[in-house]
Amino acid sequence: MSGVPVDPVYGDGPMPGQYPYTRGIYPEMYRSRLWTMRMFAGFGTAVDTNGRFKDILRHGGTGLSTAFDMPTLMGRDSDDAVWSAGEVGRAGVAVDTLADMEDLFADIDLGAVSTSMTINGPAIVALAQYIAVADNTGVDRTRLSGTIQNDILKEYQAQKEYIFPPRPSMRIVTDMMRFTTAEMPRWHPVSISGYHIREAGSTAAQELGFTLANGFAYVEAAQAAGLDVDDFASRLSFFFNSHSDFFEEIGKFRAARRIWATWMKERYGATSERSLMCRFHTQTAGVSLTAQQPEINIARVAIQALAGVLGGTQSLHTDAFDEALALPTEKAARIALRSQQIVAHETGVASVADPLGGSAYVEWMTDEMERRAVEILYHLLELGDGSILEGVYEGIDNGWFVGGIADSAYRFEREVNDGTRIIVGVNDFCDGDDGGSNLLRIEQDTEDLQLKRLAEVKQARDDEAVRRALDAVGQTADDPNTNLMPPVIDAVNAYATEGEICDTLAGVFGRYVEQAIV
Amino acid sequence: MMTESQGEGVGGREAPIRVVLAKLGLDGHDRGLKVVARMLRDAGMEVIYLGLRQTTESVIAAVEQEDADVIGLSMHNAGHLALAPRILQALADSGLDVPVVIGGIVPEADLYTLKELGISAVLHPGASAVEVAEAVRSSLSARRAGH
Repeated sequence: MSGVPVDPVYGDGPMPGQYPYTRGIYPEMYRSRLWTMRMFAGFGTAVDTNGRFKDILRHGGTGLSTAFDMPTLMGRDSDDAVWSAGEVGRAGVAVDTLADMEDLFADIDLGAVSTSMTINGPAIVALAQYIAVADNTGVDRTRLSGTIQNDILKEYQAQKEYIFPPRPSMRIVTDMMRFTTAEMPRWHPVSISGYHIREAGSTAAQELGFTLANGFAYVEAAQAAGLDVDDFASRLSFFFNSHSDFFEEIGKFRAARRIWATWMKERYGATSERSLMCRFHTQTAGVSLTAQQPEINIARVAIQALAGVLGGTQSLHTDAFDEALALPTEKAARIALRSQQIVAHETGVASVADPLGGSAYVEWMTDEMERRAVEILYHLLELGDGSILEGVYEGIDNGWFVGGIADSAYRFEREVNDGTRIIVGVNDFCDGDDGGSNLLRIEQDTEDLQLKRLAEVKQARDDEAVRRALDAVGQTADDPNTNLMPPVIDAVNAYATEGEICDTLAGVFGRYVEQAIV
Repeated sequence: MMTESQGEGVGGREAPIRVVLAKLGLDGHDRGLKVVARMLRDAGMEVIYLGLRQTTESVIAAVEQEDADVIGLSMHNAGHLALAPRILQALADSGLDVPVVIGGIVPEADLYTLKELGISAVLHPGASAVEVAEAVRSSLSARRAGH
């Protein structure tokens, strides 16, 4: 405030922008480029979300982020009577066929925007639809920029949005990595996500260890598929949670960069600088939001956002205060964005790179997070007989991940219960909860509109062409040496539905059923 | 010879309450359901944990097979107003008189509707172990007292 001139960075030793990047991946961090304020949104029909996308673009945004509804995330069509009724368009946008993806991006130049698609189990179908929209609107595939989450491993560990068993799912992921490496050099084919692991109840150290393990597992899978590590590693990115234990979170982010850089260099033989840099998106901890006195969540989110920024994140989503109750209202989402802007423009924390570097406590915490995460990595290496990928498969099969997460979640809950851990408004300081809050409600007419849309598409398409395209998908699924991307693109172009394509794949791969372990 | 303590009912050691826990629909958030399962076990109840992606049919089948006393359903993605009537109808169709407790994110405004439909209790995030066990016990005793 007083205008004291400050240097871009203080301290000595490996500086920000220098291996092993503990202090950040760029020399001047936010002084050279502020983090991206990426807010995740989407509900209703594709046409509704298209309107919202155009609003974002009109206001100078270039990044579009897509939230799909539950049926779409699980590979089920909107007209699936058993699984989809009541869930269509509720938690995100419904995309059944290419027609919906065309509506979603109508009048938007896909060569000029960057699109993030948060989808995992049926990610190959969503990417194929996106490519088809680009092809059909004359946008070259090399110009497509964006990220598809496609982190299937954490689905078995935490978020549970899987369709097929782990090994065939990893085959799909590696096919997508091969395809994008060859044809879409600006596309990020996997966003390795600790966020959901943490939301499911893990500790910060488990989030870090499990996520990095998954990252190394994708590296091993891609190397086994014949890709050179430096050809794809620079397009792997991460997605972490920022919870309330302030210094622990900052230590976690710093440790993530250090471990990724050292292991990529020493164990996986990466040589390009960009392969060694752990770039990550951060979202504040949805699970920390309380339904009680929801307004106080604004303070929680601001503090968690600050931890993400002091931890050196490349982009940030701040949760809306009413999200413990429902999807955010526009006002709550705006307050969340404004909180980031306060951190960015008022606090001065963006002026100096890694301002906490050199603090005895922060350095100790960074080392401690590293030690605990590396312990997890070694455990998985042992489980997998020298392979992290095999260790991760084994940990999924024997319930090690879900068990560890459930134990941590229960420990946390017991601490809240017996009062050793205070959650303001929940087990202490409970006065003042007036309960009154305007909540967003999604009406049933979205589902009706989508059902009508899907029926029209099915009516208009050439059923024989759909059958042939699905047969080709099934045959390719049966042959592990042929890439699945091209036949899936053909199938979406024939207006095969996401559910039909996933059913065809499930016919070959089977469906994953989790063992119910408490 | 049967002693009083072996007899059923008053003064006897009652069989533990058997609770079927499940999540209907596609949502995969199972943190809360798993924590509740452990809370109920710690409270001396028997938990039949069905886990994710159950249908009304699979829940009803489990209640019949396991002779369950209470059903606990976890809700996350605002599907409660669609899912609650379905399970209650299925229970009625099967002639089962088993109380249903819902846990999860349920807006205040829907509580009345759910009670009217016949849901016995709704537990919110942050409910303590004592509150969770009490909701199950009182749902069951209210149901039994009603006969």
